[in-house]
Amino acid sequence: MKQQIPLVLCFLFGIVMILTEFSPHTASQATYKEIANWGRVISPFVFILAVITLIQTHWTRIRRRTEYWQYSLVVFFGMIVMVVAGLPYGPQHPMFEWLFNNVQVPMDATMFSLLAFFIASAAYRAFRARTFEATLLLVTAVIVMVGNVPVGDLLWPDAASNARQWILDNPNLSARRGIILGVSLGAISQSIRIILGIERSYLGGGD
Amino acid sequence: MLKTIQCLIIYLVLCLCVSTAFSQGLSAPSNVTAVDTPNDDGSSITITWDEAPADSGISGYQILRQGVGSFVEEIGELLPAGATSYVDSTVEKGSDYTYIVRAVSETEATADSEKTAPAKGTGEWFHTGKTALLLVMLLFSGAIVWNIYDARSGKEIFVRRIPGLEAVDEAIGRATEMGRSILYVLGLGSIGRVATIASMTILGQVARRTADYETPLRVPCIDPIVLNVVREVVKTSYVDEGHPDAYNEENIFYLTGSQFAYAAGVDGMMVREKPAAIFLQGSFAAESLILAETGNSIGAIQIAGTDSEHQLPFFIAACDYTLIGEELYAATAYLSKDPMFLGSLKGQDWGKVLILVMIVLGVALESFGVSWITTLLQQVN
Repeated sequence: MKQQIPLVLCFLFGIVMILTEFSPHTASQATYKEIANWGRVISPFVFILAVITLIQTHWTRIRRRTEYWQYSLVVFFGMIVMVVAGLPYGPQHPMFEWLFNNVQVPMDATMFSLLAFFIASAAYRAFRARTFEATLLLVTAVIVMVGNVPVGDLLWPDAASNARQWILDNPNLSARRGIILGVSLGAISQSIRIILGIERSYLGGGD
Repeated sequence: MLKTIQCLIIYLVLCLCVSTAFSQGLSAPSNVTAVDTPNDDGSSITITWDEAPADSGISGYQILRQGVGSFVEEIGELLPAGATSYVDSTVEKGSDYTYIVRAVSETEATADSEKTAPAKGTGEWFHTGKTALLLVMLLFSGAIVWNIYDARSGKEIFVRRIPGLEAVDEAIGRATEMGRSILYVLGLGSIGRVATIASMTILGQVARRTADYETPLRVPCIDPIVLNVVREVVKTSYVDEGHPDAYNEENIFYLTGSQFAYAAGVDGMMVREKPAAIFLQGSFAAESLILAETGNSIGAIQIAGTDSEHQLPFFIAACDYTLIGEELYAATAYLSKDPMFLGSLKGQDWGKVLILVMIVLGVALESFGVSWITTLLQQVN
């Protein structure tokens, strides 16, 4: 019974949501919006769940003095400061905004900036011309890179950017579309398995 | 008195002449019709009229509308001279409306069309424009369902070798031998993403093996709902394998809801704990390479899989094995060998064959000027 009810609900809602895609009628669209709203209603409860889980996880680490437990103190410090700054006056308050813009945003940007270095290190490994495929990748990458920088067209007027565009528009796009087709068919197949109750992993167990 | 009347008559005749002169060559829009807009929820009416000749002198059109028991009113902006239709999206569903299309010249002379027959907006239950999409969907779904139930008869189904999935046991074995943990990252996807559900299915299979080998399995989550489902998935795997005592709920935890904070947190875990095997399975965005390169730097064996095609090159460059697109969805069937799952894979292949045939046939027919397949595919789109 614990698994049957969710399976029946999944089947019913899955079918209803598919049908609403094909019906522009007001009743159909209202049903779609209503079900989507139910999904949104869950969000506030999810936040509560997230906070409880976070506190449980880090409190346990501090209590047990596990390795690097000091980092959990930083989590609590950050969380308390943001709650104290944001809860009484809301997220539009200058103090909360200042903290967000001067702490969270720079830290996010720092992590994102690391990507530039990681791309360089990954490219270095990927472009080592050890095999025919790797050599092909290297040559292609050099053409695309040269076509992307102003000096490329300075050295070979139009040729560099045209070659780059041809690679992006033909071999690259064809491969991408092939992957997208496969992914779409796979996603539809997985969705059908879920709607029919064959795929049950999301229920927390069993295949 | 007589002179005044004469002047008045002359003035009226002059006005009539001037008015006629101005409207000369400005013909009223013809064949004006108003009909319920097809395939909508009944909130609009479409007005159409014939295109005016190039030398008609018309500089634009103004639509006039009259509802039941109300005055004639102008609606919308002045339409350009080349316009031949207008969709009135401000109607009340079920109410009758009549329309007049007024041609306007540069000298602001006007010529009104005949009033249209009353029209009212009604919502359709089926979008006829999506018939082709429905047919293709039914055909593909039918193929999958047929193959799923056909597979139950016990037929042998061949599945090509997927190196990334073959390496799952190797990765877990390596972690067990080294006495280190396994890190499983589900990416940024919520429970609504199909890729997340596919990833959880792989996680279930990985958890069965870690339960047998008693290897620690660490799963940091970005979504609290995913967290709770993952806990249930892993717990069930441990119970099914007869090792409920080996299950540690604290190893599956919520990290943060922010993308780069999540990347920083997972990177930190990698550097501090040095897991021997890392699984990156699910939906990923810009953090994919940050995670994969950090995993690479600590020497962990990495098996990635995603449906985010933009992130695939990063995973291929930085990971030992990568499940490309659909292979992520095939993992359940591959690892479990369940005939029903294998059947759905065969159904997918039928879909691919159908698409390939349509592409080849479409290209061939288009070369001879026959475009019905192209038209059909555009309708599906």
